Amino acid sequence: MGKKVDYRELGLTDKEYQLIVETLGREPNDLELEMYGVMWSEHCSYKNSKPMLKRFPTRGKRVIQGPGENAGIVDIDDGQAVVMKIESHNHPSAIEPYQGAATGVGGIIRDIFTMGARPIALLDSLRFGELKSERVKHLFSGVVSGIADYGNCMGIPTVGGEVYFESCYTDNPLVNAMCVGIVNKKDIVRGKASGVGNPVMIVGALTGRDGIHGASFASEELSEDSEEKRPAVQVGDPFMEKLLLEACLEILKSGCVVGIQDLGAAGLTSASCETASRAGNGIELDVSLVPRREEGMTPREVMLSESQERMLVIVKKGRENEIEEIFRKWDLAAVTIGRVTDDGFLRVKDGDRVVAELPVKSLAEGAPTTVNESKQPAYIKDVQRIQYDQIPVPEDFNEVFLKLLASENICSREWIYRQYDHMVRTNTLVLPGADAAVLRIKGTKKGIALTTDCNGRYCYLNPLEGGRIAVAEAARNLVCVGAEPLAATDCLNFGNPKKPGVYWQFENCIEGMSQACEALNTPVISGNVSFYNESKEKAVYPTPVVGMVGLIRDINKIVTPGFKKEGDLIAVIGENHGGLDGSEYLRVIHGRVAGNPSIDLEKEKAVQKCCLEATKQGILNSAHDVSEGGLLINIAESCIKGGVGARIELDSEGKRWDEVLFGEAQSRIVVSLSEHNCKLLEKISEQVGCKVLIIGKVAGKKLIARVDGSTLVKQDVAEISRKWRERIKCLME
Amino acid sequence: MFLAKVYITYKKGVLDPQGSTVKKALGTMGFDTIEDVRVGKYMEIMLEEKEKDVAEQKIKEMCDKVLTNPVIEEYSYDILEVRK
Repeated sequence: MGKKVDYRELGLTDKEYQLIVETLGREPNDLELEMYGVMWSEHCSYKNSKPMLKRFPTRGKRVIQGPGENAGIVDIDDGQAVVMKIESHNHPSAIEPYQGAATGVGGIIRDIFTMGARPIALLDSLRFGELKSERVKHLFSGVVSGIADYGNCMGIPTVGGEVYFESCYTDNPLVNAMCVGIVNKKDIVRGKASGVGNPVMIVGALTGRDGIHGASFASEELSEDSEEKRPAVQVGDPFMEKLLLEACLEILKSGCVVGIQDLGAAGLTSASCETASRAGNGIELDVSLVPRREEGMTPREVMLSESQERMLVIVKKGRENEIEEIFRKWDLAAVTIGRVTDDGFLRVKDGDRVVAELPVKSLAEGAPTTVNESKQPAYIKDVQRIQYDQIPVPEDFNEVFLKLLASENICSREWIYRQYDHMVRTNTLVLPGADAAVLRIKGTKKGIALTTDCNGRYCYLNPLEGGRIAVAEAARNLVCVGAEPLAATDCLNFGNPKKPGVYWQFENCIEGMSQACEALNTPVISGNVSFYNESKEKAVYPTPVVGMVGLIRDINKIVTPGFKKEGDLIAVIGENHGGLDGSEYLRVIHGRVAGNPSIDLEKEKAVQKCCLEATKQGILNSAHDVSEGGLLINIAESCIKGGVGARIELDSEGKRWDEVLFGEAQSRIVVSLSEHNCKLLEKISEQVGCKVLIIGKVAGKKLIARVDGSTLVKQDVAEISRKWRERIKCLME
Repeated sequence: MFLAKVYITYKKGVLDPQGSTVKKALGTMGFDTIEDVRVGKYMEIMLEEKEKDVAEQKIKEMCDKVLTNPVIEEYSYDILEVRK
């Protein structure tokens, strides 16, 4: 087998190696060691994060499946359920943006249909450096077209997401893809290898040498020679995946299938030992039976290959023919490569020869977890301290407003989502660009609302509060379209967890997210952790992306962000206070990333309750939550989307004018409604215990904002609309 | 004056969905002796250079920097001298 493999090169520590030797009662051979190497990598074992992840609330009366499976499942009544998960593909996308993003989308789609669900929507949460260098533009356009091509070919609409541009993501972009599916509760399937003697089949694409060691690669920091690590790059084939999707849904209906699992990171190794481990069984398989794309592949290459578009299926004994028949119809391979055993071992054979024999429990779940050293990093004190008297209040608010509106983090995302097919399958009711996307559930009055959210800058300034805000804003986005938030999925993107400062951020973000999930009753049902998002010693902002699903009982009552009718009153639900901490205004206008953002979860709850009740009563004509850019940007967006002007009259109550207009204080939703409904809104707000303040009127063709009687901003809506829409296109071309 | 003929294909071991689709199509049409199909790109580039060495060096640089994606593709080329 050539020279002996060094366990350290596989990322295993001395202690871990000792444990392996003790467990086996012997030295592992090279193949066994490599299998341990990938399974015990952070990517597969979550060894640095598991103890922390236990903090998340994961139960609720609607939760059917929490974390630990391919995806989480939440009940939406009438015997139906939503299946969802978000996952990162950061490292592959940094090396090869197009294929990295495409295969990320492919992987998350498989996680959804593995549970028996038909995927109905994709969302993407993206982070890049500032759109200045050619390199960043290349990454950005590559990732966007990778997502677009894969989703479009599969016929699954990409309905929403978010993108931020900050310099900390320059070398290490974040690409998080979320997929959502619908399943009838009775059709749910799980990834278990149960029933001793049942055959194990590999189905879908052929196995090649691609992606060997992808999981270990994802568990390292990016370095200069990362570009040389070429085998880790896989090429996706969406048409193949479309066939696989249809074939899998068909076999799941046939009743022949006991369990099914997608071959993702660590390929056949992880799929076989995880399915066996979940069922408390073992698996024996013969690598010589695995259909291959290339000549001369070794058992090691077959076991570690991360070729895309493949699945492991555990079938009821004697029904292999039915599976083969269905796959033949879809022009795909389906081959029996082994069977379920009762001895708790993963036994890998190459023909008659046993080449690896490992206990599945140890391989799948035995990686020793660690609670790392955690320490508040020094920068926190510096960035949180900010003396506002040293930050000048601008003289020309029009100029500031226009600059802010054209910020990469605020301007329209049309350039991106125009590349996505967001209408395929014709269920999308609210398109990208709103607070949340809405899809109808065909044959019912119901709809589901979807969003992803995370302001990494807030998390950088205060991880605890940032984590709380990420969850709160996701839920608030859902409430704005009239949906009741049900459950969350999260993708935790952080730096190197062995660094005490990074681990401290991680710990605090999770604590904050958990608090908000508890307060807002949105348990976490699935998720993914991506560490080592660092390059040149610099970590990305802590970025715990929250994906959330909400239920709309009557799709006729959906609310969108654009103003609808001249004469409508504009009101703020929540307290109209400012809060410049961590704002886009401070960054763009004053070049500062500073302050200490915060949120009061009790107030947040009341605001969301008020907005949700108002949408149910059908009294709102628009709703849009205040986020990056603050109140005035929020109103400008509603003007642009409605193609109509607004007059705003604010009282500063002694606060700075820039704070009043551009502060990003949480727990605020701007709504518009006809005058005669105002009484109703006030009544609701009294009942739930939050404030409502009328601040202006939908009127004319101009956006006019006055504070304390002075006109600070006066802009033509058509004009600002053009600037806002064309910004990214201008930067890219 | 030189004519460079540049051939770009996926690296060995990288999945070539287009190649496999063509292979499958050929198989169903009855070309049953097909072992493998790889689909790539072919480019012709005319260069106004005097020395072949210089032309070759420039072609290499173009391939590495723009014409190919070094992460998943490989290339080869022929350089021919042509008279105007």
